[in-house]
Amino acid sequence: MDTAPLIVFDKVWKTYGQGEAEVRALAGIDLAIGQGEFVAIMGPSGSGKSTAMNIVGCLDTPTSGRYGFMGTDAGRLDRNRRAVLRNLYIGFVFQGYNLLPRTTAAENVELPLIYRGVAAHERRALAMKALAEVGLEGREHHTPAELSGGQQQRVAIARAIVTRPTLLVADEPTGNLDTARSHEIMQLLTSLNQDAGLTIVMVTHEADIAAYAGRTIAFRDGHIASDTKKREAA
Amino acid sequence: MIWETVRLALRSVRRNALRSFLTLLGIVIGVAAVIAMLTIGSGTTEKVKADISQLGSNLLIVRAGRPAAPGSGPQQTIRQFGDKEVAALTAHLEGVRAVSPASQKQVRVVFGTESLTSSITGTDNAYLDARDWKVASGRSFSESEVRGGVNVCLIGETVRQQFFGSGDPDGAAIRIGRVSCKVIGLLEPKGYSGFGQDQDNVVLMPLQAFQRRIAGNRDIDNIYVAADDATPTQVVQTRIEDIMRDVRRVTADREDDFAVRDMTQIADAMASATATMTGMLGAVAGVSLLVGGIGIMNIMLVSVTERTREIGIRLAIGAHEKHILIQFLVEATVLSLLGGLIGIAIGLALAGAASLALSIPFAPSLAVVLLAVGFSALIGMVFGFFPALRGARLDPIEALRHE
Repeated sequence: MDTAPLIVFDKVWKTYGQGEAEVRALAGIDLAIGQGEFVAIMGPSGSGKSTAMNIVGCLDTPTSGRYGFMGTDAGRLDRNRRAVLRNLYIGFVFQGYNLLPRTTAAENVELPLIYRGVAAHERRALAMKALAEVGLEGREHHTPAELSGGQQQRVAIARAIVTRPTLLVADEPTGNLDTARSHEIMQLLTSLNQDAGLTIVMVTHEADIAAYAGRTIAFRDGHIASDTKKREAA
Repeated sequence: MIWETVRLALRSVRRNALRSFLTLLGIVIGVAAVIAMLTIGSGTTEKVKADISQLGSNLLIVRAGRPAAPGSGPQQTIRQFGDKEVAALTAHLEGVRAVSPASQKQVRVVFGTESLTSSITGTDNAYLDARDWKVASGRSFSESEVRGGVNVCLIGETVRQQFFGSGDPDGAAIRIGRVSCKVIGLLEPKGYSGFGQDQDNVVLMPLQAFQRRIAGNRDIDNIYVAADDATPTQVVQTRIEDIMRDVRRVTADREDDFAVRDMTQIADAMASATATMTGMLGAVAGVSLLVGGIGIMNIMLVSVTERTREIGIRLAIGAHEKHILIQFLVEATVLSLLGGLIGIAIGLALAGAASLALSIPFAPSLAVVLLAVGFSALIGMVFGFFPALRGARLDPIEALRHE
């Protein structure tokens, strides 16, 4: 690896519940993801992939072990500090799009900028630019109900990239889309990774979607079962 | 940022218009009650003050019978005043502008086909002086009419309107009971008193004519005394008591068989009664505001639960706890403030209607309105805090999973 790792898991454990009912979601994970990588995380449900993704996205913290993000000990930060970290460096794309209903595309995209304290006119300009990047010119004032699933996911991606994050965390981004739409979204993510150098960590259970990523990590029972890098296509 | 949040809150209130309105009702009713009560209360107080100055704040009324004392039993036969009391006061009382006898009786007055029960007062011209009352048109009684007890009368505005509309009553003959009486003048309108009496539904006639033809006796109910501006009413009151005891032969070991009342005392009693009333209704309004506040808390809890997913999204993309807290706090405050504003409008409208109906001045107070605005905002903040905190403390992962 020739870049300093962006994400470092050092013997990360995550357990839920106590005593008999204790569930081990992650059992001592060691992992490093470098800047600019496009990583797909795969695995059956209960394998710990969602937990890993939540920790990567600074939404959750390990029970033990160290989670380092951009050189900070992100696993030890309180929730408000992690909120700042998310706001500044991480964008999220979810399976169910998670747009605010009855709120226009532009307003949805502006949302993270509000929490950054960006002025209204600047916010609007940045949102317009992000929407243009995902190919949604002319749809800025549509509400989610007026947009197709693919378009909604593009709005969600625009919202994730409007802050120019270092890391994009995508949780089954194509899970609700048909094949054609899925591939469009994946092409968009791939170009963000290749052209803008955005690091992407994506959870999926579809092999053809994972194939877009440069590296695929498979989880099983809280362990990493495999970690394979695609050979560089010249 | 704050403006942004307020806009967001307004939008959320608008989206659930009916629900918001029903939630607001408690606050609306509470604030409307407070505003209406305080406005009507201060209007009444103003009216009472105006009445005092209209009656002449230096007016004293002397009445036959013991001064009313709390717990005193039924009075023995009242020894009525006669001419000698009036004569004695007129002759010996110093520091006064006017002394006037007055006897009253409610009698049916008829003119043409119209009739009206009016307060007939037998008196003299000094009564007009004592009560600071002017003749609007026509003239007051002449010396000979008073002395001879001629059937002439001055009528109040209400009587004029009943019988003559806006026409000139001068010279018309109205019937008071069985007696025909010639109208010689019209009194200027005084409106309702703070006690709710129509002061213009009156007919004044010479005392002698009243005694002979209306009352059928020579009693005098009241003696009106107006102190001059240089003499305090208390001093005049003492002098009246001395003269009256002397003329009515009340020895030092016996109680007075007459009472002197100062108008300012009556007005004070009235004002304190109004204040008590306002206070009690204020307490009722306070309970309504409390209930309204609980309503807001309830609806905000519902709102936080409904929008758990939205909170999850906001937290995930970098909202602080305090951002969520402020968002819902502002929403609760906007909600209750809206209720407060509607309540103020309704309260002022009610007070306006009441002031028209009771003919008291409409006296809205900016301080009261601002207080109501501040108080309703405070209710929103206090009762919105717990739900907002609950929203802010949500776990983003759980919240995002919420359906």
